[in-house]
Formats: sequence, C-alpha cells, structure tokens
Amino acid sequence: MDYSRKPAARARISKLLEFWNGIASRDRGGARLLAVLAAVAIASPILNQVVPPSSGLHLSAFGITLIGKYLCFGMLALAIDLIWGYCGILSLGHAAFFSLGGYAMGMYLMRQIGPRGVYGNPVLPDFMVFLNWKSLPWFWYGFNHFPFALVMIGLAPGLLALVFGWLAFRSRVTGVYFSIITQALTYALMLGFFRNDMGFGGNNGFTDFKDILGFDLHSDGTHVVLLVVTAVALAASYLACRLIVESRAGRVMCAIRDAESRTRFLGYPVESYKLWLFVFSAVVAGIAGALYVPQIGIINPSEFAPINSIEAVIWVAVGGRGTLYGAIVGAVVVNYAKTYLTGAFPEVWLYALGALFVLVTLFLPSGITGLQPAWRKNK
Amino acid sequence: MGHLGSGGWRRLLLLPALWSIGLAYAQSPGDAAFLSVLGELRDATYSDKAVIAERLSQTGHRSVRAVLTALMEDRLCYRNSDQKILIVQSADKDPAELIDPLTLKSAGSAPADSLAKIGTNNALRHTVRTVVAHFALSSPDPAVRLEAVRDMLRSLDEPTVALLRERLAVETNAGVKREIGNVLALATLDGSDAKARLEAVATLSHSVSQDVRNRLALLLDKSPDGSFVETDENVRRAAAAAVATIDQWRSFYSGIETLFFGLSLGSVLVLIAFGLAITFGVMGVINMAHGELMMLGAYTTYAVQMAMPGHIGLSILAAIPAAFVVAGLVGVAMERTIIQHLYGRPLETLLATFGVSLVLQQAVRSIFSAQNRSVVTPDWMSGSLQLNGALAITYNRLYTVIFTLIVFLILLAVLKRTRIGLDIRAVAQNRVMAKAMGIRTEWVDAMTFGLGSGIAGVAGVALSQLTNVGPNLGQSYIIDSFMVVVFGGVGNLWGALIGGMSMGIVNKLLEPYAGAVLAKILVLVGLILFIQTRPRGLFPQAGRAGEDK
Repeated sequence: MDYSRKPAARARISKLLEFWNGIASRDRGGARLLAVLAAVAIASPILNQVVPPSSGLHLSAFGITLIGKYLCFGMLALAIDLIWGYCGILSLGHAAFFSLGGYAMGMYLMRQIGPRGVYGNPVLPDFMVFLNWKSLPWFWYGFNHFPFALVMIGLAPGLLALVFGWLAFRSRVTGVYFSIITQALTYALMLGFFRNDMGFGGNNGFTDFKDILGFDLHSDGTHVVLLVVTAVALAASYLACRLIVESRAGRVMCAIRDAESRTRFLGYPVESYKLWLFVFSAVVAGIAGALYVPQIGIINPSEFAPINSIEAVIWVAVGGRGTLYGAIVGAVVVNYAKTYLTGAFPEVWLYALGALFVLVTLFLPSGITGLQPAWRKNK
Repeated sequence: MGHLGSGGWRRLLLLPALWSIGLAYAQSPGDAAFLSVLGELRDATYSDKAVIAERLSQTGHRSVRAVLTALMEDRLCYRNSDQKILIVQSADKDPAELIDPLTLKSAGSAPADSLAKIGTNNALRHTVRTVVAHFALSSPDPAVRLEAVRDMLRSLDEPTVALLRERLAVETNAGVKREIGNVLALATLDGSDAKARLEAVATLSHSVSQDVRNRLALLLDKSPDGSFVETDENVRRAAAAAVATIDQWRSFYSGIETLFFGLSLGSVLVLIAFGLAITFGVMGVINMAHGELMMLGAYTTYAVQMAMPGHIGLSILAAIPAAFVVAGLVGVAMERTIIQHLYGRPLETLLATFGVSLVLQQAVRSIFSAQNRSVVTPDWMSGSLQLNGALAITYNRLYTVIFTLIVFLILLAVLKRTRIGLDIRAVAQNRVMAKAMGIRTEWVDAMTFGLGSGIAGVAGVALSQLTNVGPNLGQSYIIDSFMVVVFGGVGNLWGALIGGMSMGIVNKLLEPYAGAVLAKILVLVGLILFIQTRPRGLFPQAGRAGEDK
C-alpha cells in the first residue's frame, strides 16, 4: 500500500510510532531484552553454522536446542506474568495450555512421519497401529495440513481458557481458589492424556518426529531456524503484551489487580477483562508449547504435571513479577541453574528450587530485575 | 493438646490389639500332647494312621485342621536329620517352603530330598476328611464351624451329609445353622423326590452366595438332547424365581460394598482435608506442603515400626501420637520461620510453602532413599469381615473410617470445648478484637498451624496402612483434598467431613461405568461446575472472615 497518498494513514502511523517511542523510553528493560533477543537470533546461527566446530566459540547443536528451550520457557513465563503481574490472576495450570499447544504441534509432526514409522502405516501413527486402531479418530483430521495445525495451536488452549475462565470468573472464583482449581484442571488433563484410549499416545505421548514443513528435524540447520523463529515469536509476544499493558485496557487490569471490587463498582466489566486477558495468555502459552515440541522432539502427558505450572510461576517470581521482561529473565536464569545443577549435583536441585521459592517470596518480592534500580537509587 | 486428644482413641484401639497379641502368643496346654501324638505318625501303618488322626483331633489343638489337611494333600513330611514333623507349603516344590505344625508360622525352607513324606492312601484320606470335618464342625468358634460347612459344599458326599444332619440337630449358632441348611438343601437338589427339591429351592432362595446361585441356574439348563435337566416344571419355575431373587440381593449388596469403598476413600480425603480446613479455613493459609507433612507422618510410622520390630500392632498405635508430634513440630517451625511473615499475602504463602514441600520431599529422599518403604500391617487390620456370602468388608478400610470419625470428634471437641479452641476461633473471626481481649495471637497462630500439621501427620499414619510409603505420597492425594475443602467450604470441619465422604462415594459410584481415571476427571469437572452455583462450598463461612479481602 502506498501510505504517502493517505494522510490519515500516515497520521495514524506517526501516532503509533510516537506511542512506541514513549513505551521504549519508559521500558528500558524491555528494550534491552529485545536487543538481546536480536543478538541471539543473529549470533547463534553464525556461531553454529559459520564458526568451525574446532573453534572454542562454536555453538553446538545441543547449545542451540538448550537456548531454544529457554526461550520457549521464557514465553510461558511471559504469559503467566501478563495475568499474574498485571491482573492478579495466579494460574497454577498454565503448563496445561503450553502442553496443549505442544500436542497440537505434535499431532502435525506425527502426521508428517507418514509411512516412515516403525509399522509403516501411511495414515495411522505408530501408537494407533500398536493399539490396533483401524482408522484415524475424527479429532486428528486436518492435522496433516500445517496451517490447520497452526490454527489449532492457538484454538485448543484458547478455547479451553475461554470455557474454563468463563465458568470461573463468572462465579467470581478469585485468588487462591482460582489457583487451586487451575491446578486441578491441569491435573485432570494429565490423567486424561495418560489414558491410551484418549488417542494422544497415552503414556509415551508423541516422539520420533522426522521433519517439519519438509525440513529434517535432525539437522542443525532446522534447529537454528527454529531458534530464530522462537526468538522472533518471543519478541513479538513481548511487544503484544507490552501493548496490552500500556493500553487503556491494561490500566483497567491493574485496577482489577489492586482493587477488584472497586473497579467493578466503577462500572467496568471486570469479568470480561479478566477473561480475554486469560485467553490471550493461554494462546501465548500454547504458541510457546508448539515451538518447544519440535526443538525438544517429544511431548508426553508429564508436561501437564502440576509441578511444571508451579515451577513456571517461580520463574516469574524470581525474575520480577509485573515487569514482563523480568519473567523472561527469570525463566532463563532458573532453567540455566536447573540444567547446571541437575547435571552436576542432581540431589541438590530440589533443595535449591525449594529454597528459591522460600527466599524469593520472603526477601525478594520484586525479583532479580527489581534489585538493579534499587541499587542504582542507593548510589 | 495433642496428647490430650490422642489418649482417647489410643485406649479405644488398644483393645483389639491386645486381643490379637493374646491370640498369637498364648500357648495351648495341649501342645506337648499334640506333638507326641503327631510324632507317632512317622512310622505307623495306614490303619494306625487313621486311629492317630482321630486321637489328634481329640487333643482339640488349633493346628489339627492344618496338619490333617496337609496329611490328606501329601504335604506332611518329617526331616531326615532330626525326625521333626513339618508341613510343606506345596507338595512338589524344591526347595520346599516349611511350616511349623505347632505355630503354623514359616519355618524356613529345605531341599526336598532332605524330607520324607508321610504316606497316605485313598481309604485313609477318606477317613481323615471325615475326621477333619467333624473336628471343624465341633469347634467352639462359630467362624471355624461356618468355614467348615462352606468347605463341605465343594465335596458333598453321603458321610458329610450325614455329619451335617447330625450337627444341625445340636447347632446353636443361627448363622451356622442357616449355612448347614443351605448345604443340605443343595444336596437334596440331586435327589429324586421333586417335592423335596422344591423345598430345597425355597430354602436356597434366601441365600446370597455365588455357589448357590450357580447351582440353581444349572437347574434351568437343557441337556444336549433338548430336555430340561430338571424334569419337574414347578421346581424349574421356583428355581428361576430364586435365581432372580439372589441376583437382586447380590446387586444390592454390591451396591453397599461400593458405598463402603466410597466411604473409605472419602474418609482418607476427609482426614487430609481436616488439616487443610484448619490451616486454610481458619488461618487463610494455603499450605502446599500439607501433603509432605502427611508423608512425614507415614515415614514416622515406618520409623516407629523399625524401632519396635516385635510389636507391629502396638507400633501403629504408638505412631499416631509420634506422627502428630513430628508433623506438628515441623508445622510450627514452618509457621515461625516463613508463614508468619506472609500473612495477608495468600499467593506468596502458596509459593513459599510449595518450596518447603520440595525441600521436605528431597530430604526424605536423602534420608530414606527414593524407594518406597513398606509399613507392615498388623494382623488385626488385615483380612476382611465376611458379613454374608456376598458382602465382605476389609478391616483396614473399616478401621480407616472409624479412625476418621474418632479424629473428627476429637477435633470438634478441641475446637469447641477447650481454651485453645476458643482462642483459635476467636483469632479466626476477628484477629484485632481477639488481640485486644488479651489473646496472644502470634502464639495462637503457631498452635493452630501446629494442630493442622499434626492432623496431617496423623492422616499419614492412616495412609501408610493403605498405600506405599514413598517421597511422592503427599502429592497423590493433595489435589483431591484441596478439592474437598473447596467443595465443603473452607474452615469448616463438617464441610470437610460431608464434602470428602460424598466425593469419595461419587468417585466410587462412577468408577464401574467410567473407569478410575475418568471417574476422577468427572469428579473434578463436576466440582468446577458445582462452584458455579455455590462458589463458597456446601457450608459457606459466615461473617467477616468469609468476605473478600
């Protein structure tokens, strides 16, 4: 489109730019985060593909996968921070949306295997052949098309969040009650997905993927591209969340967080604000899960385990709640510590995680990103 | 206050424990006589053996049945080295598992060729069977007599029928009498007198046993040539009616059994939810480490059992106050160090206590290893109470239900009748006012949390009897019990009781149709729908504490 001929459009764009500049000057943490993401997206491919393996700077395929995983977790943390930090909704079941997105992607990847499975059935995935199923269940239709899978990645977690959130918010289930029933939700889903006759691979879930959109999932190149896509998706969802938070609706959400009843009495439809924010957050979590699965190469029902959701909440708390970028920092830091500790001192990890929960809530209510300005202020 | 509370149920539960210990260790005066008669079996002729069997039964020793049954089944041996007579577990296993004939306890194992079999022939077996039946039928214990009659059902022949007729005349116990009547009626079904058969069917229609039902159903079958097995039409009609009646009763009893299973599952949930109701309801604290406090209780049971290996029955009872104290102290420590700094911030409390739960889990893994530990079930808790042919109630479930009710009554009494209970309720209703009246609210907080945690430990003792004791014990029940609290309404013991029992029953009612996992999911979904209409549970908390913060 040629914008120069449409003054109204040009004005709108300049207004948007002004808005962005305003945000950027206020959101230094976010600007830094985006810069780091850009650096990762540019440097990782070079360090992996161009720098020879003999060099000390070479980034291994394992490293690429690890960074990709951290970024996916960062996206999940971002989704949680959006509702917890800005609207006071503590969901202890967000890993359920993450896993649903992952399962949607997994279904596409399973269909892509085609006749290359162990049993060589062109239509049925291996586990269905194993269970003696004769035809594809109806809910698997369409997953051989990538666009359909993309739609489902957003739709599955979004719909669940819509129905569940509508039921919960409508009857004013708030605070810890909401936390507990979200935990029950993910627990119920976990039990369900463990069942073989659900048609999602039961205990073993999906694994042994071959390729995505025709690209081999075992090649470094594909993983590098997936990492870049993840970085871009994370940046985009960060910006989207920032836009929501800075908008008028975002202010109402903060008001709901701080004084829900008062906001309701002022005439704002509290329930629908909460509901749409919850649905958006679930979709972001779903996308994160969908990006996670092809990089890790497996999805199984244990992803629904309640502890995963609670761990994700602690990433947000560690990074700094109500900052958005802090959530991503927290996810990366805690998961790096987890990778290191579970490798070096496996029995220490749960002690460390437990202590982290306690210490952060007691002594670091605004997380590690909250430390820095205070230190500067003191100076 | 824990000791005050625990004394009552300890005394109550001590009775069956002492009784069972008495049974296990009492030495019958006839031991020596029994052994000397038994010794004669070694090199007696077949005809002598029949006499010896008769004399054995006259000693009235409690092992007579086991020894003679072993003789019939070729499982009675003597050891070549010391000539001691022993029972082997199964006739053709090498090495053979040995059982002491006097105590009927395991006596190790030995290679088969070091044992010599005490031989029998068919005539001897026949005699011995009658002796055994006779012996069992004249046992002073009606339960033994009942079992003997049931055993005879499987091998009905003329001498047994005669024996039963004889016994029926002198039998005093109504249950045994009825059972003998059934067996005799079953024998009559094979007879040629149609009128007697009709009467027999009428007698049998009052039974609920599966064996009787199957035997009656056989009367309705046709033989290969197309004619009925039972020739008399009246008998056939009566048999069909009787089968229908028995089926009806059996499904009624299986309904009761399901109900009982539901109650016992529910009472586990209730037991866990009591602690939650106190910490969550009264104090507004979400304790995610509640499951781990329960796990501590279960491990305490294990440790107490290790400390007193000879007294399994007593150790369970001793574990109850021990678990209360251990879990309670951990709870008080948690409250003093962490939770008291987080009052009024429920979401943060939730996260911090979750951290504690992880630490506790890992600590147990470090101390006891990640493997499950087995807690031995005492004799008086294993086995089941056979109410009739169709309904049996396992003792461990029965005791769990009773135990839950006792804990409920004690808690109710503590909260409603003691000074500390009054303080707890006062602080829960209005903290500032309570403080103004001179109540040390901080101390009350610590005690309340300790009480809730201690109850979790007590729940752990009960759980150790029902499932494996492992580091993940707490996690498997905690979500369900949070649901119970949400369902029943917070801060309400009645809510926890009614909520937990009904959730347990609904779960078990759904299970046959939907399977265990789907039933659980359905209950969770149902609960989410339930709080649509009653967001504050069945028994909402009234007053200030129940309002939005």
